[in-house]
Amino acid sequence: MSQTRTVIVGVQVPDGTRCDIAIVGETIEAVTPTAKGPLPTEGPEATTTIDGTGLVALPGLVDLHTHLREPGGEDAETVLSGSRAAAAGGYTAVHAMANTFPVQDTAGVVEQVLRLGEAAGYVDVRPVGAVSVALGGERLAELAAMARSAAKVRVFSDDGMPVADPVLMRRALEYVKTFDGVVAQHAQEPRLTEGAMMHEGIVSASLGLTGWPAVAEESIIARDVLLAEHVRSRLHVCHVSTRGSVEILRWAKNRGIDVTAEVTPHHLALTDESVRGYDPRFKVNPPLRSPDDVTAVREALADGTIDVVATDHAPHPPEAKDCEWAQAAFGMTGLETALAVVNELMVQSGAMTWEDVARVMSYRPAVIGRVENHGRPIAAGEPANLTLFDPARRWTVQPDGLETASPNTPWAGRELTGKVLWTWLRGKPTVQEGKVIP
Amino acid sequence: MIQLRHLLATADLDRASAVEVLDTAATMAATQARQIKKLPPLRGRTVVNLFFEDSTRTRISFETAAKRLSADVINFSPKGSSVSKGESLKDTVLTLGAMGTDAIVVRHAASGAPHRIAHSGWTNAAVVNAGDGTHEHPTQALLDAYTIRHHLAGGTGDLAGLSVVIVGDVLHSRVARSNVRLLETLGANVTLVAPPTLLPVGVETWPCAVSYDLDQAIDQIKPDALMMLRVQHERMSAAGGGYFPSPAEYQREYGLDVPRLGRLADAAIVLHPGPMNRGLEITSAAADGVRSVIVEQVANGVAVRMAVLYLALTGKEER
Ligand SMILES: [Zn+2]
Repeated sequence: MSQTRTVIVGVQVPDGTRCDIAIVGETIEAVTPTAKGPLPTEGPEATTTIDGTGLVALPGLVDLHTHLREPGGEDAETVLSGSRAAAAGGYTAVHAMANTFPVQDTAGVVEQVLRLGEAAGYVDVRPVGAVSVALGGERLAELAAMARSAAKVRVFSDDGMPVADPVLMRRALEYVKTFDGVVAQHAQEPRLTEGAMMHEGIVSASLGLTGWPAVAEESIIARDVLLAEHVRSRLHVCHVSTRGSVEILRWAKNRGIDVTAEVTPHHLALTDESVRGYDPRFKVNPPLRSPDDVTAVREALADGTIDVVATDHAPHPPEAKDCEWAQAAFGMTGLETALAVVNELMVQSGAMTWEDVARVMSYRPAVIGRVENHGRPIAAGEPANLTLFDPARRWTVQPDGLETASPNTPWAGRELTGKVLWTWLRGKPTVQEGKVIP
Repeated sequence: MIQLRHLLATADLDRASAVEVLDTAATMAATQARQIKKLPPLRGRTVVNLFFEDSTRTRISFETAAKRLSADVINFSPKGSSVSKGESLKDTVLTLGAMGTDAIVVRHAASGAPHRIAHSGWTNAAVVNAGDGTHEHPTQALLDAYTIRHHLAGGTGDLAGLSVVIVGDVLHSRVARSNVRLLETLGANVTLVAPPTLLPVGVETWPCAVSYDLDQAIDQIKPDALMMLRVQHERMSAAGGGYFPSPAEYQREYGLDVPRLGRLADAAIVLHPGPMNRGLEITSAAADGVRSVIVEQVANGVAVRMAVLYLALTGKEER
């Protein structure tokens, strides 16, 4: 059977130029400036042409922080439904967080998640390994076994829980050096956040909800960057949410400490004012912060202090949010809305270019996660992991219309600007004309 | 006449409507001096007291208020509070809706639970907040304002120019939150007095002054009304070893004892939302003395709750 060739004509690539992109098989065959005339048409291939006018081509997005919930949380999401959501959002690789049931703390479980991802086939699912056995925060899980397994785990995290014990954190940072791993920390000082339900500040004081102070995040980040420096290891900080955290990271990077950090779309976009209606869709951990914190994380993303945007996609079944605030689960979905949010806040505002978006949503996350064949430039000979985005398309978010199995999006009923129209994983479309391939 | 769709927080009331609630309460109180106390306006209407958290005092007060207005009253205290696993809040409220409830009076340990009931599309009933977590207790603030107005403002109008000092565990107090907002709306000058551990981060944005020193507040502000908040004993065993070192130290620094009582102005009154910890935040001399209006607060609670239920339920279509 002959291979097909797909040509995207007149699309904007991250550097701002208009190009024609030809995909043959699993590979980008050629990228040519549009004015330079037609792409090669010789050879046996049948050619499909896509009009790229007004669209932006990005390298397939890579998420460092996704909760796919399977095994154990299939009422919220499965690897299949989460993979479809990821593809719909323009992703070609996601890191599946370890807080499943059973926990991804052995080679057997991470390989199970890897296989589920392969069977789904929409994105490359990279399992994250737990740092501690059963996320218990007491002793190291078998990190090397997970690293050497078929899942080739490189990112280790107890996310959902912090690695609170400084000695355990030190040991983890030291140990992952064996296989070039990274410890991704959910920075939350547990004693300072007992019973915490929202950002501690003006709004929590008025609503009578127990506060989650910024210092509980910042003190852990400060400790961890010093530990990373001391043992010369690699640290990644999950979902940075405060100005103080940004300042500590800036200091650490200036000092040469090997630390990277992520911010979520919701921490870029939303403040604790959203909590005033006690609607649990806005309950998330770390919590939505003050307007000043939001300004700080946006600036930090634009200037590179924060390396990447990661979704912290955290699906929950309806009943987990259809209740009083105190009772509700923490977390919100994000895979299908992340690029639109970044487009609105960072690109349309002029704070970032498309090259910057490619950096924070594809290149850097792939480097941090040591994901091969993702986060590559759009160039001839590179794997055809691509997404095609319409930055002007407006759409109203309806939970029923999303691929994720859970309804807990903070954007329900709200209009977003920007929609993924096509995604290719190794040359195979996973999203076609805005629809996920069945 | 104003209509209260719900009463969830004192911020829902502007000065005119707050005064009208107090005026309506005064009318209700006048009828309660009669031999036959029962009035007809809520005949055929159903009020559910939905109490997820034990509070016999508040529940009886609402129950008395509703019955004096001839409403049918159902008391419902679900086992499934936010602590134990029971029926969800939503299912409980849907069940009450199916039984034709006109008003739901909610007491809940979770801040915002009445707000959720009112705004989640689970029910059309009017929702009255009878105390939610550490958020608000608006009818308590209304009865406090009523009591202050009765003693210090001739029983009419607002509280313009009066100074009120509120002392104690502001951090965990729904009474304090409701009172600060309502008293400010009514024109009073409010000062909170507490150790910094018992003040919320963000209190500096509240419409009131803040002090750590009770003696200074008494001597400099010369308050017209002094409100002592309950200090729960569990606050001494919280994370970090508690919010203050010992009951004795708390009593010395923030308790209303005989010397402090003696330095109050002649006309000043002492309030407490109850239940009191005698010997901790208030001495018996203060609780039972001539300045104390604590027992009166309880009586005024019925009149204020009658007014709230009346304003929430009359003049509307059957729900
Ligand atoms: Zn986390």
